[in-house]
Amino acid sequence: MKTLAAAAMLALAPLPAMAQDHQHMDHGAMPPADPHAGHEAAGEDHSTHQQHDAAATPAPDPHAAHARPMPGAAIPQGTAPPPPADHAADAFYDPAAMARARDLMRRENGGMTFSRWMLDRLEYRTVRGADGYHWEGEGWIGGDINRLAVKTEGEGDLGGPLESAEIQALFSRAIGPWFNLEAGVRHDIRPRPQRSYAVIGIDGLAPYFFEVSAQAFLSDMGDAHLRLEGSYDQRITQRLILQPAAEANIAAQDVPELGIGSGLSDIELGLRLRYELAREFAPYVGVNWERKLGGTARLARAAGEDASVTSFVAGLRFWF
Amino acid sequence: MTEPLDHDITRRGLLMGAAGLAGLAGAGGAFPAWARSGTPGLAPSAGVLSGEAIALTVGESHFSTGGRSAHAVTVNGTLPAPLIRLKEGQNVRIAVTNRLKEDTSIHWHGLIVPFQMDGVPGVSFPGIRPGETFTYDFPVRQSGTYWYHSHSGMQEAIGHYGPIVIDPAAPDPVQATREHVIVLSDWSPIHPHMLLRRLKQNGGYFNMQRQTLAGLLAGRDQGIRERLQWGAMRMDPTDISDVTGSTYSFLVNGHGTAENWTGLFTPGERVRLRIINASAMTNFNVRLPGLPMTVVQCDGQDVQPVETDEFQIGIAETYDVVVQPPEAQAYALIAEAIDRSGQVRATLAPRIGMAAQEPPLRARPLLGMKDMGMDMTGMDHGDMAGHAMKMRDPSVAPQVAMGPGVATLSPMPADRTAARPTGLEHESHRVLTYADLKALTPNKDQRQPSRTLDIHLTANMERYMWSFDGVKLSDGTAPIAFRHMERVRVNLINDTMMPHPIHLHGHFFELVTGAGAHNPRKHTVNVLPGGKVSFDLTADALGDWAFHCHMLLHMHSGMMRVVTVRHEGEGA
Repeated sequence: MKTLAAAAMLALAPLPAMAQDHQHMDHGAMPPADPHAGHEAAGEDHSTHQQHDAAATPAPDPHAAHARPMPGAAIPQGTAPPPPADHAADAFYDPAAMARARDLMRRENGGMTFSRWMLDRLEYRTVRGADGYHWEGEGWIGGDINRLAVKTEGEGDLGGPLESAEIQALFSRAIGPWFNLEAGVRHDIRPRPQRSYAVIGIDGLAPYFFEVSAQAFLSDMGDAHLRLEGSYDQRITQRLILQPAAEANIAAQDVPELGIGSGLSDIELGLRLRYELAREFAPYVGVNWERKLGGTARLARAAGEDASVTSFVAGLRFWF
Repeated sequence: MTEPLDHDITRRGLLMGAAGLAGLAGAGGAFPAWARSGTPGLAPSAGVLSGEAIALTVGESHFSTGGRSAHAVTVNGTLPAPLIRLKEGQNVRIAVTNRLKEDTSIHWHGLIVPFQMDGVPGVSFPGIRPGETFTYDFPVRQSGTYWYHSHSGMQEAIGHYGPIVIDPAAPDPVQATREHVIVLSDWSPIHPHMLLRRLKQNGGYFNMQRQTLAGLLAGRDQGIRERLQWGAMRMDPTDISDVTGSTYSFLVNGHGTAENWTGLFTPGERVRLRIINASAMTNFNVRLPGLPMTVVQCDGQDVQPVETDEFQIGIAETYDVVVQPPEAQAYALIAEAIDRSGQVRATLAPRIGMAAQEPPLRARPLLGMKDMGMDMTGMDHGDMAGHAMKMRDPSVAPQVAMGPGVATLSPMPADRTAARPTGLEHESHRVLTYADLKALTPNKDQRQPSRTLDIHLTANMERYMWSFDGVKLSDGTAPIAFRHMERVRVNLINDTMMPHPIHLHGHFFELVTGAGAHNPRKHTVNVLPGGKVSFDLTADALGDWAFHCHMLLHMHSGMMRVVTVRHEGEGA
């Protein structure tokens, strides 16, 4: 018992100045100042201490009677003493053990790492023609301010090939109470040709509790895109939640090999009704409408696809 | 009013039996004698730890209540921990042995001890390593009701807490023929680290009383216009408690409502209840329907007796009340979570086997403008949206480090010490406020404070960030320094919409309530949402001390500081 031994040793040995004072100082239960309470208990001579204390305590204010706190009386701002550089407990315990405990205390009180991994949408889509699937998820790990974030989404036809799949790895930093700035890379595994993009974006909670995000992408081929997303959770009951969501994609140029025309290339509106069996586990049903526009729509039609697709969806939202 | 409860006793017996089996792995579901249901009270005091040498062992246990069970950390195998009963003027040596696989500690909440005996790892001592024994050794210089708990990790949330009663050296000004200790707590089978993780992931995770569309259509809660105004500010008027009855069981002496903790009395006698809120995250409204309470002590400090029907007890506060049950019937003791997500009923009865009727939970309150720190006196109430922009005006708090952790600043925080606390504003019966508390004896240091210190209680509830002045403990903060024996007016300004029970170790301070020399002395003060509290502090205890919000998860999110008291000129 190293600490015990240290404490015992210090209790016997001449103490550092502060520890000394501590024994003489006022610890009266009824605060301030019965400086004698402890001494009396210890059977010491009261009268000598009274003199001692009269000298030791700050000189009484001659105007004390007038200086009583009065309602509304102004108290000076004053100046705080400079904080000491040392740690009081180091005088009583092994400083190395104290340093370890201090580190742990700092980390435990505000410095912990957390994470959340969420598949916001994992859904089956019934469409005229071929039914399909779609996923959208995001996760983060880190502290309150700086986080590593990942985002992914993709879709395909049931029994068909994977149509699109992207993954983003981002550094996310809180830049205010409500918004995070994020920067990183995005890689599209599908469609081919595979593309990589630099990403910069903003993500957060707008007034009226709208979840919003905006991301700008610049590909390794030099093409630039913008994606805007928003959603809102309308609680119908404590567990039944209706979520309207919208997404718009804008391209700075034509990218014919990816079927994208410049300008507003597509918009997507969704309405999902989920039931939170637990906050982190919610099945849902809904409807999703996608519309390709402008050059993108022309390219789709030329490829024999519909420019507009409405699907009924059923899926699961979960996170941990 | 009463009904026989034989089936409950049987059930209790079964639980105890099951606990006995579980006890092979640890002392499961064990209660110290004073906390057992049907206790005659503190005297005779079987199972109470007294004397100059006390031994405590911190270990792993299992705890069950209301049909749920989970891992617990207990002292001497019981939840709550044993009652320590001391006498003012004695010395005590308390040897604490750690049988856990992690560090532990005990902080003596409200006890005036040398700082190196205060039990906060990293501030007052290094903590107690697994397998080690640490002996606390200090003189007992006060009397009253206090408590003790771990200051390591989150052990306090899973059972590591117990009561302390110190008898005064002089005759007790409180006359009672019987007394019971009432330890209130919250308990979840979900580990507190997971509770915090969930809140970091989703700040409203445990709130199952939010405003809904169904409520709007049924005409409940706010109207559409007000909802839009609050929405514009991204504020939720139902965000009253972080962790709620959706996961918590609320306990009296380790007993849930079904287990019906019962304290005995004889009709007509004066019964002293020493009520301690040992919760991790729950402020309670306490009442005994049909039985007025006379508050005689708060935070271990005698107060002028004041009669009331209900009071709100912040986490870590203690209130001693005297009740005089006139009839040979069962009386309910109700501790209701302030967000009304749950409550616990215990019984005061003339004999075991009675259960008082449990009143239904009252409607969940809604926060209002005052909880945003907007004192609307003399202002146009209709134009709230216009104020939305002023909810984060840095000029009202220049000292606050503005960043993601500060979502709001109270533009006009009001002193709410004379105001009824959250949710009790419109009760028809008497409700205690801090202004009703007056110290029994005048405070000894009546000097005018020589300086002022403002401390802002800051948060971003959406990100679940909590701090003082916008800075978390983990940000590498310097200690808050005081000169030895200086007298300082400390203003706590709550910039959040949640009450914060703020605790300063090693000291009592006097709440500035207008009672002058009789301002109440406290170790923990619950600062109401959007409000401010002033206290006068005589920095009479040299050393380093912890200063923090006693909402355990707020503290663990960073709402903590080290306070240091040094001789003038000792600073670097």
